[in-house]
Amino acid sequence: MSTAQPYVDENGVDTQDERRITLECDGVRHVLDKVNRELVGLAPVKARIGQIAALLMVDRARRELGLTTEPPTLHMSFTGNPGTGKTTMALRMAEILHELSYVRSSHVISVTRDDLVGQYIGHTAPKTKEVIKRAMGGVLFIDEAYYLYRPENERDYGQEAIEILLQAMESDRDDLVVIVAGYKDRMERFFQSNPGLHSRIAHHLEFPNYSADELLTVGDLLLEEQGYHFTEAGRKAFADYLERRMQQPHFSNARSVRNALDRFRLRQAMRLVEQGGSLSAEELTAIDAQEVLASTVFSKESESLPHLPSR
Amino acid sequence: MRITQGQFSFLPPLTDDQIKTQVKWALDHGWAVSVEYTDDPHPRNTYWEMYGHPMFDLRDPAGVMQEIVECRQAFPTHYIRVMAFDSSKGWETPRMSFIVNRPDNEPGFRLERQAVEGRSLRYTMTSYAVDRPEGDRY
Repeated sequence: MSTAQPYVDENGVDTQDERRITLECDGVRHVLDKVNRELVGLAPVKARIGQIAALLMVDRARRELGLTTEPPTLHMSFTGNPGTGKTTMALRMAEILHELSYVRSSHVISVTRDDLVGQYIGHTAPKTKEVIKRAMGGVLFIDEAYYLYRPENERDYGQEAIEILLQAMESDRDDLVVIVAGYKDRMERFFQSNPGLHSRIAHHLEFPNYSADELLTVGDLLLEEQGYHFTEAGRKAFADYLERRMQQPHFSNARSVRNALDRFRLRQAMRLVEQGGSLSAEELTAIDAQEVLASTVFSKESESLPHLPSR
Repeated sequence: MRITQGQFSFLPPLTDDQIKTQVKWALDHGWAVSVEYTDDPHPRNTYWEMYGHPMFDLRDPAGVMQEIVECRQAFPTHYIRVMAFDSSKGWETPRMSFIVNRPDNEPGFRLERQAVEGRSLRYTMTSYAVDRPEGDRY
């Protein structure tokens, strides 16, 4: 390094630089393992998160050797259908960024349009700024971000909130990571009308729908968490239930599964109460086929029943 | 005459990093931090003007620092202090208060003696700065 004639190649890189650095990845690997364990499926998302984590680890090492100065842009967009794990992934992302010390704490402030946009002139800017201040040092997660922009109402204050956000995303890059989330098609339209936002977001992650098999695994995991399990017949019936439910409107992946399991538990409880007498632990924890088959999904007239949108 | 009010006022002025550390300490205790300013340095002037709202639910001092910077830009020659309010039961009071900005030239106070009945004297203190109207004092 201190030689009179430094060895510099044609790209200006010092070829004699012999400093070495080890990538510290234990904490990050721990979080990534947790993501793998907790979230079923989502292979493309997990792969992308792994790539981002690797990039950040390398970036940090480069920075320690003085090879990079620009901090990387970390703003992200998560698009996908309801119930595909966008919010959970945002929480894990905050942990990963915290492990790599790109954010100072791992807190996530989750907001929607209501928290950012005011009701009258002059109300929006302070409201948005307050949310940004609260999120500083951590991650700001804007759920259903496309609601911020309402082209049909030109007096809408959403645009103002977007402008303030853009400014914060640019100038407070060291203090704030913004993750916007929403349904794919609507988010695309949202980005088309706000190209500035699109270009300031470095990572666009798409969350795929779950397959029937993955949803079955999700169901097993959720039941296990609550101390229940399917009987052999119950599990078969649940697979059948999922096949039918997935064809219906307003199917929202893991969230629908969780709601369905809640209903199964209600029916199981009712059956046990009606049955009376003494109960074994097995009976108290087992979800049987009859609970699943009692669902309206299996009845013929289910088409005519009004389905409440379950988001 | 350098006025000494609140914490750390006998120390050299805090740097931004030191302010950040103090604010972090307040936020970690769950206190709401606010920024206030005034150009009347009298010690009995306890109610200063608020700059923006008190900041609740903050986790990181970056938001407070932003506010301090904005306030310094708006009032470069005023006194600016940072307060941390503890809302927990039994306290309900500011737990921290320290000055983060002061005028370059602080003229100090004069002692006024008022002769009253029977040759007695009443003493009072007035800042030289408040002779001028609010806003042009420093």
